[in-house]
Amino acid sequence: MTKPSEIELSRRQLLAATGASVAAATYPSAVAAQASTQTPSTARVSFTVNNTVRKLEVDTRTTLLDALRENLRLPGTKKGCDHGQCGACTVIVDGKRINSCLSLAVMHEGGKITTVEGLGNPKRLHPMQAAFVKHDGFQCGFCTPGQICSAVAVLDEIKAGIPSHVAADLNAAPQISNAELRERMSGNICRCGAYSNIVDAITEVAGRKA
Amino acid sequence: MKPFTYQRVRSPAEAVAAFGRNKNAKFIAGGTNLLDLMKLQIEAPSHLIDVNGLALDKIEMTPDGGLRIGALVRNTDLAAHPRVRRDYAVLARALLAGASGQLRNRATTAGNLLQRTRCPYFYDTNQPCNKRQPGSGCAAIGGFSRQLAVIGSSQACIATHPSDMAVALRVLDAVVETVKTGGVTRQINIRDFYRLPGDTPHIETNLADGELITAVVLPRPVEGKHGYRKVRDRASYAFALVSVASIISRDGSGKVALGGVAHMPWRNETAEAQLPKGAKAVAENLLSDAKPTEHNAFKITLAERALASAISEAKG
Repeated sequence: MTKPSEIELSRRQLLAATGASVAAATYPSAVAAQASTQTPSTARVSFTVNNTVRKLEVDTRTTLLDALRENLRLPGTKKGCDHGQCGACTVIVDGKRINSCLSLAVMHEGGKITTVEGLGNPKRLHPMQAAFVKHDGFQCGFCTPGQICSAVAVLDEIKAGIPSHVAADLNAAPQISNAELRERMSGNICRCGAYSNIVDAITEVAGRKA
Repeated sequence: MKPFTYQRVRSPAEAVAAFGRNKNAKFIAGGTNLLDLMKLQIEAPSHLIDVNGLALDKIEMTPDGGLRIGALVRNTDLAAHPRVRRDYAVLARALLAGASGQLRNRATTAGNLLQRTRCPYFYDTNQPCNKRQPGSGCAAIGGFSRQLAVIGSSQACIATHPSDMAVALRVLDAVVETVKTGGVTRQINIRDFYRLPGDTPHIETNLADGELITAVVLPRPVEGKHGYRKVRDRASYAFALVSVASIISRDGSGKVALGGVAHMPWRNETAEAQLPKGAKAVAENLLSDAKPTEHNAFKITLAERALASAISEAKG
């Protein structure tokens, strides 16, 4: 008799399997047309993800986002719009936050990538993760990994003296304020509208650091 | 995305040579606009030449007191550079008014200049668009044109150029340095860099095929109060309806260029001479040939008011 655990599918596996069969059923002609014009090309790339060196061979079209989620099975980083408009895919690369959906995996040879999984885990939360929980900085949670990666990098940007659109004086050191955080976090959309709680969470972490 | 082969290059010479060997190639730097367009198959290169290893990421003084900005300097780094903040504030302000923190960390100086329009009909591949598919028509004319051009447009295209940075570079009289096949270099004044749409809206700049931007050079700093006034539908992370880049002296004279109104940053030296007389005089001259649609006629009034705001801020 089969044990229940062997036939149980996780929600993620089920969704992944369903997605693949739907795609195959709906787009066979598109796939065939693509293959006939040019065959997919692969390339090797090696980078560090959350302090572990990872070597991959990927289709050159693979975005950094898809490499993290699909090849490396790190689904913390989310795919929202996949066009750089929502910020759900934000990760920190070589110390800077970027939209991982608008970057190719092969462009990050030797890069140092930090995803939300690398900031902390349920047993050892990063201070920003703990502050988001404390201040209710989310409802559905889909944008949260991107918000947290972005927030951590924003505090580093302020510390490094990088000015923002709301700076009254471009040459003065930027301060932590509601206006500054709202402007700097504008690339992360939250459709549940948790913005004020997100700003409260970041403000608390910034205060603790200062 | 369509499949493509990929290669990294180490020098501008290697980059242009690689372009010469590959039909339908594209240079990729930040990739923030190119990959967006490739996902929609609006761009479909069969070969990508990654230029990020070209060491064109320095900002240096020029012998005559100006600044040479490497093509690969990221928008964040350019806006944060002490000399840019102090002596070319219009440029720092324009950069910081554009995109989001994440995008500015990736987007490069050359890539910002070469980004393509955000006209919704250019992006919607179900619609005709002369810029995307020459000769197919323009769905924006007669369509929803609130964001689109009011001047310099044609029967073929009413798209705008989306860059804030380019508007600042226009008042700064910046010069674009390039290299092309065979190592031939040239300097193009930003005034001559972009093209009006005419009947070839798919050709947006005067760069030759495979010509690579290596730097943008700013002349010596210009005296006067620098400002970048951007009016948009939300307070952050949106393209301009109208923007004004300005450098205004104490006597009221100066330089101004408009963004969000045309296929290129919009500046006219005759109109600029009217600055001491006020915003109305400048706007009337600068936009005298405007042909707005019923949806975007408000941009004419908005441009005059944004100019007035820029002038009064400079006096303040």
